[in-house]
Amino acid sequence: MSPRAASRLESIGFERVYDYVAGKADWGSTGLPLEGANGSETRAGTHLRADVPTCGLDDRLQTVCEQLEKSGWDTCFVVDDRRVVLGRLGRHVIRTKENVSAEEAMTPGPSTIRPSARLADVVERMRRQSLTNLPVTTSEGRLMGLLMRGDAERALERLSS
Amino acid sequence: MPTAIDRHELQRLLADEQAQLIEVLPEAEFADEHLPGAINIPLKQLDRESAVRLDRADPVIVYCHDTQ
Repeated sequence: MSPRAASRLESIGFERVYDYVAGKADWGSTGLPLEGANGSETRAGTHLRADVPTCGLDDRLQTVCEQLEKSGWDTCFVVDDRRVVLGRLGRHVIRTKENVSAEEAMTPGPSTIRPSARLADVVERMRRQSLTNLPVTTSEGRLMGLLMRGDAERALERLSS
Repeated sequence: MPTAIDRHELQRLLADEQAQLIEVLPEAEFADEHLPGAINIPLKQLDRESAVRLDRADPVIVYCHDTQ
């Protein structure tokens, strides 16, 4: 639709016309704010926790576990140098504190959601699948943070009141 | 011929060149969500009359939902 609009503007005399072809789907997928009745407040990206721990493939599980104990988190995402999610260290693995690398211990390819996902849809999915949280990534797979089910449910309650 | 741009160039044009941002989707979709600072001129209403709102001296950026 936007290419036709851009051509139409040129046909009526506008000389500097640009087409943001990826549109608001692209904008929202990166977590940038959207306005409107269903703007950013109703989206997953606004309510995530950005301080979720991360580690690299070669990090030792024991070292990661020690750091997690200090931080209070019980999960950690294994990412590359661009913060692309490669795997997840869950609660059970972290308890074992085995002498292995994060790569050996991780569950590869965890499910993720986009920051533009509608909060109501995400909460419904979390309830249906008995999930307590979901990682939020950009369309390039980069970790933005972790959406906690409790945070999402409270946000939905606020939005509906 | 209109120039296709990505998100980074859009942000630069908005910041540096006072570009005007136009969502060309129908009014209901604009009301649902839109980029900050955008105005709505649906494609079906885009003509010389509706374009009077725009400043011809500044760049104009159009967008819809995605590449469809």
